[in-house]
Order: sequence, then C-alpha cells, then structure tokens
Amino acid sequence: MTLIDQLEKIRQQRKQDIKDVGDLKNLDALRVELLGKKGPITQALRGMRDLPADQRPKFGQFANTVRDELQGAIEARRDELKKDRLNKQLANEKIDVTLPGKPVAQGQPHVIQQIIDQIEDLFIGMGYQVLTGPEVEEDKYNFEMMNLPKDHPARDMQDTFYITKDILMRTQTSPMQARTLEKHDFSKGPLKMISPGVVYRRDTDDPTHSHQFHQVEGIVIDKHITMADLKGTLELIAHELFGNRFDIRLRPSYFPFTEPSVEADITCFNCGGKGCAVCKYTGWIEVLGAGMVHPNVLEMAGVDSEVYGGFAFGLGPDRFAMLKYGVDDIRNFYLNDVRFLTQFSKKG
Amino acid sequence: MKISYSWLQEYLDLKASPKDLGEKIERSSVEVDSVTQPSDGLKKIVVGKIVSMEPHPDSDHLQVCQVDVGDEELSQIVCGAPNVAADKKVIVALPGSRIGGNVKIKRSKMRGVVSNGMICALDEIGFSKDVVPKEWADGIYFLQDDAKVGEPVFPYLGMDDYLIDVDVTPNRGDMLSVYGVARDLGAIYDQTPQLNHPQVEEVSTPAADKVSLDVDKDLAPIYTMRVVENVKIQPSPRWLQIKLWNAGMRPINNVVDVTNYILLKYGQPLHAFDYGKVSGSTIKARYAQKGEKLTTLNEEEHELNEKDIVIADDQKPIALAGVMGGLNSEIDDHTTTVAIESAVFTPTLIRKTAQRQNLHTDASQHFERGVDRGGVEEAADAAAEMMHELADGDVLKGIVTGSSYDVKDVIVKVTLSRVNHVLGTDLKLDQVADIFKRLGFGVQVDGETYTVSVPSTRWDIHIPADLLEEVARIYGYDKIPSTLPSGPTTVGALTEKQKLMRDSRHVLEALGLNQAISYALTTETKAGQFMMRESSETQLSWPMTADHTTLRMNLISGLLDDIAYNNARRVKDVALYEQGRVFYKDAADQVRPSEHEHIAGAVSGQLIVDPLKNAKNNAVDFYQLKGIVEKYLDNLAIKGDVEFVATDRYPEMHPGRTADITIHGHYIGFIGQVHPTVAEAYKINQTYVFELDLDALIDMPKDMDQFEPISKYPSITRDVALLVDKSVTNAQVLAQIQKRGGAYLKSVALFDIYDGKNLPSGKQSLAYTLTYQNPNATLTDDEVNHAFEKVQKTLTSELGAEIR
Ligand SMILES: [Zn+2]
Repeated sequence: MTLIDQLEKIRQQRKQDIKDVGDLKNLDALRVELLGKKGPITQALRGMRDLPADQRPKFGQFANTVRDELQGAIEARRDELKKDRLNKQLANEKIDVTLPGKPVAQGQPHVIQQIIDQIEDLFIGMGYQVLTGPEVEEDKYNFEMMNLPKDHPARDMQDTFYITKDILMRTQTSPMQARTLEKHDFSKGPLKMISPGVVYRRDTDDPTHSHQFHQVEGIVIDKHITMADLKGTLELIAHELFGNRFDIRLRPSYFPFTEPSVEADITCFNCGGKGCAVCKYTGWIEVLGAGMVHPNVLEMAGVDSEVYGGFAFGLGPDRFAMLKYGVDDIRNFYLNDVRFLTQFSKKG
Repeated sequence: MKISYSWLQEYLDLKASPKDLGEKIERSSVEVDSVTQPSDGLKKIVVGKIVSMEPHPDSDHLQVCQVDVGDEELSQIVCGAPNVAADKKVIVALPGSRIGGNVKIKRSKMRGVVSNGMICALDEIGFSKDVVPKEWADGIYFLQDDAKVGEPVFPYLGMDDYLIDVDVTPNRGDMLSVYGVARDLGAIYDQTPQLNHPQVEEVSTPAADKVSLDVDKDLAPIYTMRVVENVKIQPSPRWLQIKLWNAGMRPINNVVDVTNYILLKYGQPLHAFDYGKVSGSTIKARYAQKGEKLTTLNEEEHELNEKDIVIADDQKPIALAGVMGGLNSEIDDHTTTVAIESAVFTPTLIRKTAQRQNLHTDASQHFERGVDRGGVEEAADAAAEMMHELADGDVLKGIVTGSSYDVKDVIVKVTLSRVNHVLGTDLKLDQVADIFKRLGFGVQVDGETYTVSVPSTRWDIHIPADLLEEVARIYGYDKIPSTLPSGPTTVGALTEKQKLMRDSRHVLEALGLNQAISYALTTETKAGQFMMRESSETQLSWPMTADHTTLRMNLISGLLDDIAYNNARRVKDVALYEQGRVFYKDAADQVRPSEHEHIAGAVSGQLIVDPLKNAKNNAVDFYQLKGIVEKYLDNLAIKGDVEFVATDRYPEMHPGRTADITIHGHYIGFIGQVHPTVAEAYKINQTYVFELDLDALIDMPKDMDQFEPISKYPSITRDVALLVDKSVTNAQVLAQIQKRGGAYLKSVALFDIYDGKNLPSGKQSLAYTLTYQNPNATLTDDEVNHAFEKVQKTLTSELGAEIR
C-alpha cells in the first residue's frame, strides 16, 4: 500500500468518523487525534522523506488536501453540533407567553381633571389665559359685582355657605369675571380668559347634588365681540367634549350677569334626540349657560360698556363627566373609590 | 306653571302641535319642562249610566249596579262608593282598561258577584288628591247628564287638553299667566292675540260706602278693592273647574275660583275677603305688630314678625299680604258680601315674609317676580264681573283705591347698528322694527335709531341690552350665525405655576398614584390634623351637616377619608394623591383665610399589586413612599439638597417613622406612617402619607437642565462595610464619607443593610460602594487607595465604625 493509498483510506474512514461524533468534546478529541502532532497526516508527512524526490511535491499536495478536508469536516460538524446544542437550549427555555405581564405602577388623573385639562387646552389654543381665583370669596365679587345686589331674588337660586355676612364660599367661578375685568388693561388688547375651579353650594348631597363641584368660567371682552362669536365658541366646546355628531340648541335663559342670556343644549346622547328618561323626553340635554356680559357688570368693574363688550359662559365639568361617561351619581367624584377613579384611563 | 293648550287657542290661532309649540316656547322664551296630556297612560275609561242598582247579597256597603256603557247589554259592576246612585252618569273603567297609577282593571268577582270593571273616583283616574273638589273627595264623580254613554270620559273632564309646563326664569314673570304666554306666542308667530277686556255691570251703590283703605305705599304701591254684594256661594261651572284643576288648583267655590282663574289668566293675584267677617270698614295694609298672630287659610298659625306685611281690619290681621289670606275672613258657604283685593306689593318684602313664614304660594311667587302694574284694575274688574255672572252678585260702583301708581311705558332707545354689532347679525331696519311691533311695543324710527316704548306688561325691560335679547330670541337664536372672536391676536399659555402644577400631577401619576378630589369642607377635628403650621380654623356660619363645617388645613385627612371609604368596601390597595387648597388663618379674628396650594399622597396596602407576590411582603413602606417623594422632587428640579429629618412632632403620625422634609434647610412638608391610633379612628389599614407645600415648591429656584460631558476616563469603585451602632444613621455615614471623600469621589451608594444574627446586639452593618473618577485623567490605584483609607479612618474615628 502506498502512502497515498494510506492517506486515501484515512480520508475515507475518518470523514465518516467525524460525521458520527455526537458531541463537541469528542469532536475536539478526534480533531487532536487526526490533526495533532501524532496524527496520521502528520505521520504521513513525516514519512514523505522516504519518497523519491519527484513524488514528494505531489504527495505533499495530496496530504495537505486531506488535512484541509478533514479540518473542514470537523468545523462543519462543530457548527452542526453547536447549532444542535443551541436549539436544545432554546427548546428548554420555552415559556408560557400567556402568563400575566408584570404589573407596573401607574396612576390616573381624576376624570374631572381630565375634562378641565381638555377645556383648558382647547381655549389656550385659541389665545385664552387660564386664571384662578379664591375659593373663599367676598360677597362683593361673588354677587354684587355680578349684578346680584343683596336683595336680588336670583340669590335664592344659589344657596350659599356664608362664613361671615360678607365672606362666603364662592357659589360660582363668575367672580373671576369681575376680578379680571377690574385688573385688565384694555390698551394692551382684548381680555380672553377661562377660570376653572371648585365652587360650593349649600345643598344636601344626593345623586344629582353636591355641596362641592367644579365650574369653568370663560369671558371675552373686546371692542367687537358678538353673540355669533359666542354661539361659535359654545359649539366648539360641545364638539370638543362630546364629539361633532351632536346638534346644539341655544335658547333664551336668565342670568343676572348676562343680557341676552342663553342656555345651550346638546342632542341627548342616550337616545339620539328621540326622547328618553335621561333627557326627560325632550331629546335635549342642557350643558352650559352663557350670554353677552351685562353692561352693569362692565360698568361696575370700571369698563366702558359703550366701547367694550363681549360674552361670558360657565360650564360644569362634573355635569359634563356625568353626561359623557353615564355616571349616575355625582358623589362618586368625591368619594375616590379607586375602582371608580381608574376607569377613566382611555386616551383619545 | 302649566299652561293649557286649548286655553291659548281661545286667543290665538295656533297651527303648531302641542309638542312643537313647547319646543318653540323653549327656543324663544322660557324653558319647558314637559308637554303632557292628563289622559296620558289611561285607556278604556268611558261614560257609563247607572241604570239600576241593588245591595250586594254578602256585603252591607257594596252595591251591584247595572251600567249602560254603550253596549247592547248592560254591564254589571260592583261599586262601594257611598254616593253611588241610580240614573247618574259616571266614570267607568272597562275590563282591560288602565287607570291612574298604571293599574290594570280586569273582569273580576267581588265576594262572589261578577264585576265587569270599576266605577271611578277622580283620584282613581290620575287626578292629584290636591285638586279634587271637596264634594268629590270621598266618592265617585258624576259627569254632566248629557255626557254620551260609551264615549271616552276625557273630553268631559278636560283630560284631552295638552298642558305645557313652563319653567319661568326670574326675569320673565310676565310668562306666569295665560295672557302673558299668549302675548309672547303672538310675537313669535306674528299674530295679534284676541284678548278680551271686561265690561263691568255695576249697581248704583258706591263701593266706597262699604270700605275705606289705609295703605302704606312703601308696602303696596298699588292697592285697590272692589265690593260685590249678594253673592250666592256654590260650586263653579265645570269649564271653570277644569281650567283650575288642569293648572293644579283645587276648585273651591264660585268666588274663590274666580280669583284663582284671574290669577291664571292675567297673572294678577287677587284675594277675596268675606266682608261680613271684617271688623269695621277700614282695611289697612301695614307691617305686623309685635305679638300678632294669624292663622292662614291652610290652618297654620303664624307668629308674625314686625317686618311681615299684613292686611288688617280695625282689630286684627286678616291676611298675610300677598302670600295667603287669613282663616278669620275666609269665604264660606254663608258669605254674601265679598271684598276683592287687587294690589301690587313690594317684591322684596313679600319674598322675605314668605321666607320667614316658610309659606310659598302662587300669589307670593307672582309678587316676588313682579306683576303688571297696568293690569291691576282690569283684573279686579274681570273678577267682579265674573262674580256677577257666576254668583249672581251685585257689583258696587267703582274701585276703591288705597294707593296708586302712575303707570307709564318705559322708553328705551337702541340703534340698528348696535343690534347688529352685538348680535353679529345683518338685520335690516324694518326687520327689527317689526319684531318690536310684534311684541306689542311702540316703536318710532329716526334714521337708524329706534325709540321703543315698552308697555307695563313687560316690566323686565329697561335698557338697550334687554331689547337686544328680545330681538335675538324673536328673530331666533338658530338664525344667528356661528363665528369665532376676531380682532387682535392674544397669546394663550399656562403660567409657570400652572405648568408646574400640571407637571406635579403628571409625575405623581407616573409614579403610581391616582388623583383624588376630596371635600374641602370637613369636620373641625379633621380640618386641624396633620398641620404643617399653626393656624386658626375657618368655619361656616350655617353649615348643612356636621360632616362639613370647617375648611381643611391639610389634605391628608381628606385622603384618609377616601382610604376609609375604600377599605370599608374591601379595597385594600389604595394609592392616592391630591392637589388642592388648604385654608389658613394667622389669627382667630382674621375674617378671610389665606389659600395655599398643597400636594399630598396616601398609600395603603400595595402600590404595585402583583398577585404572584406575597401581598404582605409587598405592602408599601416608608421607603417606597420616600422614593416617590424623592423622585417627584427630583422631577421638579428644585435647587438645593433635600433632607429627611426624623421627627415626632406630629401627633397624628408614627413618632419613629416620620420625617420632616427640607430643601436647603427650608421646611416644605413631611412624610411618614399614620399613627396607629389615628388609623384606627379613621378605620383604615396601615397607611403612609406625605404632604408638601406646593406653593413653596413652585417658588423655589430650579436647576436648569444642562449637559454634563461624560468622562472618557474610567471610574474605580471601592466597597466598604461598617459595623456601627444602630443609632448611627445613613445620613451621618454619608455626611462623613462626603466630607472626607476627596476631590475624585463621584458618588456613594448604600448597597447592604444588615442587623440580623451574628452581629453584636445594638449593632448594624452598613455597606457602601464609593465611586471615584477624575474627569481629566485616568486615576491610579494609589490615588484611590489613599482617598479610600482617609474615608475609612474618618468613619472609625467619627462614628466608631468597625471596618469589616
Ligand atoms: Zn334622551
């Protein structure tokens, strides 16, 4: 048997051995055995010196080819084995993706806050300032400067928590109209502001009454503000908060601090206007009150009602939230049951 | 007030259906609460004639009646009414009918005798007991003899009419009458209402011979009286009774009913006195005197106040003026001479009297909202004439006048350009003039100026803005265009303070707390708990309930109420924060409190509810809430070091688990565990809370975010474990390390606390990682070792630490 034949035999046999190796450790041992210093190829190359000189290059070339082939086979097998090992590992690592995700802490803004923020953002976008005033108010601002003198019958419409004869818990956010009108410098431009806040009424708490609730007051005063502007603004609020699939109806009303006064209704979202218990079978739901600022209010605040005029509106975030989400008891907003609070987390 | 649709049709030619009319009134005048028919919900209720009746064999009060209900055969109906009688036309509810209260009537047997339906009393077919005439209160009702057998009863009782319930705003008192509504509808539909005016047939005897009046003009600017003699008291005719009961008034007798009818028709309250019961001939309108009492027609006795207004004869009060008459001068079956009062009382005085005596009547409500000063005499005339017609009375000559008032039209001027300027419309000169005319106002046009004369029927109109409202509503709010304010641009933005308040809420929500809004009015005890500073409390002068008497001076107590509400409903895991105001007074005699924005949190149970974790081990503790507060303050970027200083100064807090929070030495709030006895009082589980002065935080200087280059030189760390007395705090160790840490000490972090077994008692082991870095060069081990040794020495010498 020639050396070449020997090598050829090694090549045939050992390639099969390589294929048969079952793990990386044995493969490594085989690699040392075959390609190491004591391995058959090294041995064969060592025996090369016994060959005639003219056969040596050819033999050398062949030995190298065999070595490269074996080496290649070993590496290929190593890759295979590594892949097998990884696949086995991955199979072992399989998890139940249906197990619950890990809880994280996340709180929610109060639903009334969400509505107030939404209103604020809407009006900020239209160039309004947001101003807040005291909750403990003077009778003067809460009533007198809002055209409600001491004996005015409309005072009976709002039962008031008094602290003294002249100091009270504000019953409305309207006193901010008087406070801002007094301060505003009209030479610097129109007054456009909204004022959100807490208000108080001397009421017994029940599903539809709360001694504490919220209001957002708005006022725009300039040289040429019209009732049409008020109408457009009210429509915008209703559409922003309830969506524009609803119709809006304006009708005459009465507030001492506006003339003309209006109340705005939207289509009953419960029945779509057909009439149901929610809307008392009228198809409409009252959502806010507004009007053109009464000249007395302007004059009492030192604003010339011949030159300046505008509109004011007041709306109730509590009522909006009740209507929007179908909340049937206003007290829910102030009891802070976390099961209630966390229901209003949907964005958009 | 319920306005009858058919009554309105007497004066107007209304094409609109009752429902559409209601909608029109709502869009143009005043709110409409409902449009209903008294027969709503009723069916198969017909006229029957009792042909014969015989006693029920097994009952001593039931009658077995044979009733003609228009069928070929008579219907047998058992009836127990005391007044049941043969030959009478009655109200029959047939089998399968529906009567008042949504009750279904079936064929039945009463003590063994078949009864095909029911013979009804008025209150059984939906009449309120308050409006059923007294003579029909205890039995069945007899219909008129010509009522057609078998026909529905509704037309005979006015129950097929439609009633429009208007909710009149305080300014539109003129709408509290049929004439007033007819006038307004006339304007809306551009029709002239056909209102009739009374012609009084008088006898020759002057009324002034019978009465003289002594009236304080400040109490009653107009006070008049008519006298009718020889009246015959009896029930009113059915048409009148129907008008009254459909308006919610009980028919009483022909004299009293006339006064109520006039009130409904004209909106002028009248009162009829039995002249025979009046002592002397002078009737006074005056303030009540001390100690005077009056029993009113509803049989309630009133102790009169010296500010109440009364009508009095020469001895005693005979009426609470403008509110209710006195029982002592009531019209009864024997009355023969009637004195009819038609007057205008000062609204505020009537309002106060009604409030003081807690007696609110139709009359007082009308006077409070005002009445037509030009219509006082006409109302008296109409009443007198009706008493002549319905009660055979003799109307004495003339009206006796105690006080009078020169009624003039109110003149208001407005220009067309003003109208269009304010309404945003493009109305023409004629259009606006036409609206004024439709309203019954006089109008003169000069150029573009309208001079409008407003009659006394619309006493709410005084200024141009009032006219603008009239134009807007009659033209139609629907037709006003929809625009947005034009003019100079303004900038809308939240202020710094408002932004920080919003950010505060967002940060705490991101950290897991839900926003709560609690009551600012609480009990005196709760208002004064968890106080961050001394303050007197602010109390309501007349609270509604004991739970809400005092303005809060802390937010925590409200949050604890919220937790109690949750805990009571087995919700154990509660994480809340609130941003709101507290109310401080520096001295008890300070009237108005100052208002301060605070922000507070309260956590009970688990902050992160992981069912796979043991709830007990996962419950919130001091350090978790502290982490939240630290992160919150970090987010606000307040300049200065935040320190937590142990304190036992809050009586409502755990003395060993509470810390004052200071920033740069300024106190801004506190954090800790609620004292167990306080938690017990609130009925809440273990709870951790914090409260911060948000105003102070907002005012503090803020760090500007600024980029700090990331060092390219590596950092080196060294760990040190110390055995120290338990009384040594983390803050003390940190302070020493920082003090002697050297120039390259970048940070120190506690990574282990151990106070368990294997340690000498009273000792704890604390372990820290110190990180060193030179931003400008690579640190050598030598440099670090040198610095680290210095720290270790300091800890040993200053804190008695044993380095392990
Ligand atoms: Zn509805």
